[in-house]
Amino acid sequence: MNGLTGAYVPGSSVLHRLPAGVKLAGLALACTALVLLRTPLALAAAAVVAAALYALARVGVAAAWAQIRPVRWFAVALFVMQLIFAGLDGAISTTLRVVLAVALAGLVTLTTRTGAMMAALERCLSPARFVGLDPFRLSLLLSLTVRSVPVVAGLAARVREAQRARGVERSLRAFAVPLVVSSLRHADALGEALSARGLDD
Amino acid sequence: MSIDPEVRIDPEVRIDFADVHVRLGTRDVLRGVTASLPERRVGVVGANGSGKSTLARLINGLALPTFGSVTVLGLDTRRQAARIRRRVGFLFTDPDAQIVMPTVAEDVAFSLRRKGLAREEVDRRVTEVLSRYGLAGHADHPAHHLSGGQKQLLALCAVMVLEPDILVMDEPTTLLDLRHSRQVAALLRDMPQQVVVVTHDLPLLADFDRVLVLDEGRVVADGSPQEAIGHYRKLMA
Repeated sequence: MNGLTGAYVPGSSVLHRLPAGVKLAGLALACTALVLLRTPLALAAAAVVAAALYALARVGVAAAWAQIRPVRWFAVALFVMQLIFAGLDGAISTTLRVVLAVALAGLVTLTTRTGAMMAALERCLSPARFVGLDPFRLSLLLSLTVRSVPVVAGLAARVREAQRARGVERSLRAFAVPLVVSSLRHADALGEALSARGLDD
Repeated sequence: MSIDPEVRIDPEVRIDFADVHVRLGTRDVLRGVTASLPERRVGVVGANGSGKSTLARLINGLALPTFGSVTVLGLDTRRQAARIRRRVGFLFTDPDAQIVMPTVAEDVAFSLRRKGLAREEVDRRVTEVLSRYGLAGHADHPAHHLSGGQKQLLALCAVMVLEPDILVMDEPTTLLDLRHSRQVAALLRDMPQQVVVVTHDLPLLADFDRVLVLDEGRVVADGSPQEAIGHYRKLMA
């Protein structure tokens, strides 16, 4: 779940110490470079660089794998589709590009506290003030989205357990309805909690 | 009703309900509640649906009276809710709904986001409050990996870091085991703030200064824990 929830792995590496804004800008540049790299060999070199960055961050193999794991089946499907329509070179290049972009984004979340990320995003989004949007609220929205992943996963697990207990495991409706209802209830409670924490003024 | 004058705190720190009615849809949740609460520790008990959670929500303007008024620290909840919320902390039953950030320290620091404090000061306050409530060793842990009791303590830290004048708790021990319930009870005893606790956990209120009993939206008993809880037990018999 680490990859999806953006869980920070504490550390004191160079990457941990870099400001969040620098890491986000670096990620944007790296993703652009990945698009511009044309040959599988150049992308393989980029993969070595990404692996070196993970080693530099000292976040551990399990945390690194947790970043790629959620997209593994998508990567396989993408490779097969590209193999059929674009040949072997195209399939290797496109798949590597996607996997490396995900891995690098994961590395940023593993080495950056959400608070620091929010502060950097707030600064980036500050021009939004001119069109009447509050950068704090926009960055809060992102943070809540990240935070909601384990919460909704927990609600889904609870609904599945209740289904099993009642012997209606195969009913999609019996899964979807309580999950949607409990998610909406959670959203209501979260909104109220944010108000109580003085974040609605 | 007999309240020991020794337990009265600063007269400014008080909560006043003046003939409060709350109607939600077609249901009258509260029907003419009038009470002035200057005591340091106030408990509220009542059956499910008696209106006690609504009473708690009225204190920091999360719910508003349909008729009547609620005044907290001299401020009207209908017109000055934002100012009141800066001075009244609120703890909900389910801590999962209150945790906003992925890690423990970040969630506590989040409460201070709009205070304009320097990062060092934020870190100092977060460290201090986490140490006070026994979560210092979990500062960098993912909040959703904590136990239910630890999550409730985290929610409490996120409120207490703001040093509120009043703390309102809506069934804070419902999801806790006996050990964590006792820990919350001990923390309540030591808090310098005025505390209002809505609960079904009657032993928690044993040494409170005053307890209100609600039934069908009305205060039907109001006094010392022994008197009020005795009345509540009869009501539930």
